[in-house]
Amino acid sequence: MAEFSVIGERLPRVDAREKVTGEAKYAADYSLPNMLWCKLLRSPYPHARILSIDTSKAERLPGVKAAVTAKDFGGWTWGWMPATRDEPPLAVDKVRYMAEAVAGVAAIDEDTAEEACQLIRVDYEELPGIFEPEEAMRESAPKVHDYVKNNISVEYHWNFGDVEKAFAESYIVREDRFRTSRATHGYLEPPAILAYYDPTGYITVWASKQSPYFHYRHLAACFKLPLSKVRVIQPFIGGGFGGTKNDSLAGDFCAVLLSKISGKPVKYVESMEEELVTSRRRHSMIVYSKMGAKKDGTLTAIHHQVVADGGGYTAVGPLSLYLAGFATTLPYRLPNFKYDAYRVFTNNPIGAAMRGHGITHTRFAAEIQMGMIAEELGIDPVEVRMRNAIDNPKPGTIYETINKVTLKTCGLKEAIQKVTEDPIWRDRNKTPRKEGSIFWGVGLSGTSYLGGARQMGHQSCAAIIRVCEDGTVNLITGATDCGQGSDTVLCMIAAEELGIKLEDVNIKRVDTAYTPVDPGSYGSRVTILAGQATQKAAREAKRQLLEAAAKTWQVKPEDVEIRERKVFITSDPERSMPFDKLARIACYSGTGAVILGTGYSSYGLEPLDLTNGIGNGGTSYSFTAQSARVGVDMETGKITVTDFTIASDCGRLLSPIQAEGQIEGASVQGMGQTIYEDFIVDRGKTLNPTLLDYKMPHSTDIPNIKLIDIVTNDPDGPFGAKETSEGSIVSTPPAVVSAIHDATGIWFKELPITPEKVVKALKEKL
Amino acid sequence: MKQIRLMVNGESHELSVPPWRTLLEVIREDLGLTGTKEGCSLGECGACTVIMDGRAVNSCLVLAAEADNKQITTIEGLAGSRGKLHPIQQAFVEHGGLQCGFCTPGMIMSAKALLDKTPTPTKEEIRRGIAGNLCRCTGYTKIIESIKAAAGNTEEK
Repeated sequence: MAEFSVIGERLPRVDAREKVTGEAKYAADYSLPNMLWCKLLRSPYPHARILSIDTSKAERLPGVKAAVTAKDFGGWTWGWMPATRDEPPLAVDKVRYMAEAVAGVAAIDEDTAEEACQLIRVDYEELPGIFEPEEAMRESAPKVHDYVKNNISVEYHWNFGDVEKAFAESYIVREDRFRTSRATHGYLEPPAILAYYDPTGYITVWASKQSPYFHYRHLAACFKLPLSKVRVIQPFIGGGFGGTKNDSLAGDFCAVLLSKISGKPVKYVESMEEELVTSRRRHSMIVYSKMGAKKDGTLTAIHHQVVADGGGYTAVGPLSLYLAGFATTLPYRLPNFKYDAYRVFTNNPIGAAMRGHGITHTRFAAEIQMGMIAEELGIDPVEVRMRNAIDNPKPGTIYETINKVTLKTCGLKEAIQKVTEDPIWRDRNKTPRKEGSIFWGVGLSGTSYLGGARQMGHQSCAAIIRVCEDGTVNLITGATDCGQGSDTVLCMIAAEELGIKLEDVNIKRVDTAYTPVDPGSYGSRVTILAGQATQKAAREAKRQLLEAAAKTWQVKPEDVEIRERKVFITSDPERSMPFDKLARIACYSGTGAVILGTGYSSYGLEPLDLTNGIGNGGTSYSFTAQSARVGVDMETGKITVTDFTIASDCGRLLSPIQAEGQIEGASVQGMGQTIYEDFIVDRGKTLNPTLLDYKMPHSTDIPNIKLIDIVTNDPDGPFGAKETSEGSIVSTPPAVVSAIHDATGIWFKELPITPEKVVKALKEKL
Repeated sequence: MKQIRLMVNGESHELSVPPWRTLLEVIREDLGLTGTKEGCSLGECGACTVIMDGRAVNSCLVLAAEADNKQITTIEGLAGSRGKLHPIQQAFVEHGGLQCGFCTPGMIMSAKALLDKTPTPTKEEIRRGIAGNLCRCTGYTKIIESIKAAAGNTEEK
């Protein structure tokens, strides 16, 4: 008999039908009778003092029902940590980035609300702005916030081993400056909310949030209500990828307050331009990387100095900088590591989280620099990686890095081996290197990402399994599927554990009034943590069912098994009954029990050590090796990516279709940030605030993607699973950059590598 | 205000619309067909794609007045009687051609317009056929596979 009957099967998503028929409702699709529309007035300056705001003219416009400014929020601010709660719903004394919201209006329709915003008079005193993070750190720079020195919003100094001694003893030491792009999530659903503050003092919202329980806490705090009076009903989410939809926004707070004032439901839908100019995007990071190695390419030390453009507020910045540091000791053995990181306030839009959070920046730098060192030493790119890669720990043993990150499984060496046996790498010198003006190159990378992210506060996910008397099951959890497919994975876990089929398990969207509190969907935590909770809940429900079966058959519960909807005695499979019959027996006979199984996750409970960077940031770690083949047009600088081969150690693929979709999608998103995507920001103003000018990959741009599955079966994940959603957005940039180097002989250190940069670099090389 | 008559998914609608109202606004707000999505409102993302007189159009760029007397098909008009999925929808379900689902209605309408004209497209023709539809989740690979699979099936319907 096969090991599993549901896990590992190529089953479609549980929400696929609703989504292909247009039935799936997203936040902007909800409406209520007598609903008003909210619009925001945004600042035309990146840095300006607000002298006065007059909304009276707007309020007199027919159709306008209410207007709000900062004073209506009573000085409330929020942020990721108590010490960094520096952001108000609407700008109070000054605006700190272009298009920061200063006022909100509710009117009978969107056009009237928009017109009313134009009637609000704001007197500003423009202040000198600061836009480059390194300049912002100077004593003389304009101050974005008064509560910090030199605009430094977050600062870490970690030191492991003795990097100076190691550099002194190294055969080779390189120092390079890298910079990552101003990239954003690029989901197609702009943030939206429908809010109703009802007369009993109870808030109900339908909001596009990938972590609805953050929003639930923010609303309770902002409106000084008990959590039990805040209800976030989760619509379908049109993509998340971290950052914006993981936080609350000006439009959310304004919609709720305007509803409170007007007594009517209020809807707010951001425009794509507002989204693109204000999104809580990936930080652009400058990474000064110093790396030492022995003559044989063995790494001796890394010292990273990071300066991140934080924009106007702190948001999730402390976590971004933590992640950019703690995992630098993966996936290669590193005996000495020093990290000096600065997140710096500027008058740019807010830097925050995005898929591959933190790690993608420093791993890009380290991976490219290792390639440069290998080239100088005359060592093959595969060999330098195999020589340094962490070995897969023997079962029962743990590998610990110098900063005490612990691994129980590591499939990197196997992944590198498989990728380099694949024709894209193996035959790279058999295919033509030049065709007309196109030069071809193939690159390689080996990277890691965390799964089951830890955090500072509430950590556990919970799940409830409710067995219905007809043998179907409701799975209730606070975990959010924002598109990644976690609802399907969780239902598969429940079905596997209970011995039933996927279609027997039903899951609904999160509703904070009914579903258990959950930290959120970020840091690739849902499959591992909500998965563990689901597994435990299903086991608990199954235990109760087996007791009922054992009682019926006069055997012991451990003698009974359930598989594929059939309940049977293990030693005598002929004695059996259908699952639905057992469900009826359990629910009706004897006590007439209600079969409820509950469970919560127990992985990763130790809090993050931000101060010293010691210990784990995740529960487990995925490993990815990737090759990329590119063609560079040496005349125009245009880069075409033709092939990716990606070998992922995700522990075990629970839901192959969903996992493949994650790896493919993340790699294409990674390709975008490597060669296309960048906000052009001139003195705080975004010059390309449309999807036409912010270049994301189209269907005509994508490579052929081949995936290879490396199974390591991690003990700290349901059925051995690790993360699968973010690994390839970390592995893609260095693979593509290495391929461009292979084609052109140039190591590019600043992303994205646009045609202009290629042409310029080729001219400089001549 | 302008009086217009739209044939949407086979049903006739008489509407009075201001001259600046877009077809997308009419579909979503006046007719309540929220399966058609609003992404960028500038014709750049394709989330609002519907079929108008046999052609895939960005409904955010079409004025409702321009759609007067036109045949419109939205995602809600694709499934057959008793909820039987259209072969393209079925293929997207089976081949994982969707994740968050926000681009999906528009993507499927573009795929339908393509397959109606080119029943057995090459991979390159599929890529070009959906080049006006952005998807941020899938990296397009499984969407292209889904359309390829649907192309194999459409003749059977």
